[in-house]
Amino acid sequence: MNPPPPNIGPAATRREFLKRGLKAGAGVAATAALGAWLLNRHPPGDFSRVVSRDARRYFGPSAPGPAMAIATGRDRAAMLQRALAAMGGMGRFITGGDKVLVKVNAAFATPAFLGATTNPELLTEIIRQCRAAGAASVVVTDNPINAPESCFELTGIGGATRAAGADLYVPGPGSFRSGTLPGGHLIRDWPVLDEPFSGITKLIGVAPVKSHHRAGASMTMKNWYGLLGGRRNQFHQDIDGIIVELAAMVRPTFVVLDGTDSMMANGPTGGSLADLKATSTLIVSTDPVAADAFGATLLERSFRDIPYLVGAAKQGLGTVDYESLHPVRVSATS
Amino acid sequence: MRISTTRRIAQAFFFALFAWLCVATAVGTRLWQWRGWPISWFLQLDPLVAVGTALATRSLYTGLTWALGVVVLTLLLGRVFCGWICPFGTIHHFVGWLSQRARPLKVRMAANRYHPAQALKYALLALLLAAAAVPVGRLSLATLQTGLLDPIPLVSRSFNLVVLSMADLLTGKGLGAGRFYSGAGLIGALFLVFVLLNIVVPRFYCRFICPLGALLGVLGRYAPWGIGARRSKCIDCGLCDLNCAGACNPIGPVRHSDCLMCMNCLDDCPSGEPIGYGARPSPGGEIATPGISRRDFMVSVAAGLAVAPLARLGGSTAGDWQAGIIRPPGAVSEEEFLARCIKCDECIRVCPTNVLQPSGLSSDWEALWTPRMNNREGRSGCQANCIACGHACPTGAIRPLTLDERTGRGEFEAAGPIRVGLAYVDRGRCLPWAMERPCIVCEEICPVSPKAIHLDEVVQVTRDGASVHLQRPVVDPARCIGCGVCEHECPMNGLRAIRVTADNESRERSHAVLLRHENE
Repeated sequence: MNPPPPNIGPAATRREFLKRGLKAGAGVAATAALGAWLLNRHPPGDFSRVVSRDARRYFGPSAPGPAMAIATGRDRAAMLQRALAAMGGMGRFITGGDKVLVKVNAAFATPAFLGATTNPELLTEIIRQCRAAGAASVVVTDNPINAPESCFELTGIGGATRAAGADLYVPGPGSFRSGTLPGGHLIRDWPVLDEPFSGITKLIGVAPVKSHHRAGASMTMKNWYGLLGGRRNQFHQDIDGIIVELAAMVRPTFVVLDGTDSMMANGPTGGSLADLKATSTLIVSTDPVAADAFGATLLERSFRDIPYLVGAAKQGLGTVDYESLHPVRVSATS
Repeated sequence: MRISTTRRIAQAFFFALFAWLCVATAVGTRLWQWRGWPISWFLQLDPLVAVGTALATRSLYTGLTWALGVVVLTLLLGRVFCGWICPFGTIHHFVGWLSQRARPLKVRMAANRYHPAQALKYALLALLLAAAAVPVGRLSLATLQTGLLDPIPLVSRSFNLVVLSMADLLTGKGLGAGRFYSGAGLIGALFLVFVLLNIVVPRFYCRFICPLGALLGVLGRYAPWGIGARRSKCIDCGLCDLNCAGACNPIGPVRHSDCLMCMNCLDDCPSGEPIGYGARPSPGGEIATPGISRRDFMVSVAAGLAVAPLARLGGSTAGDWQAGIIRPPGAVSEEEFLARCIKCDECIRVCPTNVLQPSGLSSDWEALWTPRMNNREGRSGCQANCIACGHACPTGAIRPLTLDERTGRGEFEAAGPIRVGLAYVDRGRCLPWAMERPCIVCEEICPVSPKAIHLDEVVQVTRDGASVHLQRPVVDPARCIGCGVCEHECPMNGLRAIRVTADNESRERSHAVLLRHENE
């Protein structure tokens, strides 16, 4: 037999017994307290119960002025300058200390010249003007379809953002929060891009004009799809419904619709220069419905061909009769 | 009456009760059926079930308060549960006694001496509880693997799926006649190995493996009463080791964390004076701490901390979730399920149609022996009006549904019925779709009203020029509850022409196939 190890206790004495009794008693009390505290603290199913916030992202309205400007030309920066000037300048929308979020379309990891994503030169000019107007910060983001890092780099959006002194927000699993659109059927307890909106005071949407096989067209309204997380592809079962709900969920400061080159076919991915047509137009509008209704004409269609435009107008989320906004038409051809 | 006789009566009583409750784990109103018997009572008594699920879910499920009673018992009196109550311990005790009793006294005494490897059970306990404490994944919940070795879930699983089923097969009647459990062989083999190891060392499992015994050994450290010895009167005959169940060295220094309170040493001591039961510490010295070194303990904890991340690296709770694992109705979302399920398989035993089956090694190892449906097994898919499994579950891995919630009636009308999956028609195998022959068994058998399968009617001209009227089944995903009756009944016997996967299951919002308002 092994020699007794050193931690052998002394013989039982009344004192020693009481000490042990106290310790055991403390254990009993702790068991009871812990049990009472833990008892059904999280009933089964509790963990997957989501707490949803109001999904609405409302920014605006800005100081009075024209609601829409249509610029023609080939130089995106020049067109944006003219259009914004016609609407009262960037200072009408962005003032000192504003924290601006720019929602680009970075859906695909394709080069900018294929026109499937927001043009980096246009983005550069938007950031430059925001900063010139006194914005405290400018953040650029999207939740793309392809791998986010690849999308931001290959589209040139990441490089343009950094070069212009803005911040790129690449979404990850923790970027979304469950949100519900009041009165919505589709956006209910759904993960919505949340973190980059923290502290944001102004929202600008920038999207190219593209045909879209499921929705008809992808322009500034469809661009908000990139605010959705989760298995959002199931919304293709009701693409018009989700775009209308997104239009109700997001009220931007203004949107920029880039129709310098429009993707006439093979949308929304494109992939060939043959899919693009020079339409030489850029729209700035505080009403995304009006901007997209005009954009439909660049695709040689009418708003009547695009059900979500009709649906959004019916719900009063904007007007398809863009002429009623008396758009300012400017030319940036030099 | 000698104290060891009293203990044997208690062991026999609790074992019989356990076996009876296993037999009664069957839906029905007859005396030997469930009717209201506390079929999961032994699992609820198990402190490792309570501690494991509490660590993994930061919560104690209602019925597990029974385990607090065992904790208190152990704090005051040591491992009484092991020596007097545990049905698995009783099996080991009996088989150990049976295999050892004819051997020479010297051999028997030697077999019951303390062995340093008895510290292994503490290492296993540390590993399993460390694994249960690491929050991973979207819901920040752990993976609970205590059920693999926890004796009560282990013996429940073995009795539920193997011992009773074999008895049923042999007698050719009873609940289990015609019941099959995939992978039951592995469950039975593990049970058999642990039982047969008693031939080598009595109570092998209790001494070296049992993580519950280890937990109780730690809890009993400050028990005010216990076995004690006075060496001065001892003649060193060594007979106290003869029938010692825990190999705790009763003559001293006593290893209290290994003492199973079997009390055999009191009866075996020839003079009766040196060994007694009384206030601790023992005058002959004692070792209250478990025999595991600090280093071994740290290694075990570190290894345990790695279990959950290792389990989840495969992505089976994320993008690569296993649509082939159809969980029973009321099962909580997968990450919480894996933090609650102790693999006791009460649900599988109680399932009246035998559609519930233990997951085998073909699925992720983390889900081993957890319940899943196999619509080719059993009598008829998952009964649309049955809620037995959730009421048998001792840990809330399957919620106890009401019939209204299961079927989407009353206050649950807006939410609709519980969906466990979705049926898909394989048009390449379906008789009317692929082979110009009428069938529609699936449509006829669909228990949902209005039916979740409707018919596409066509008149087809066959190769003989005859025209045949065909009704081709089409599944309506907004109505299908995934019960699998169609899959069970489909005449394409090998690979069914209509099959259910876990898509669109209610418990996991991210597995939805349809837009939300269509499911409501």
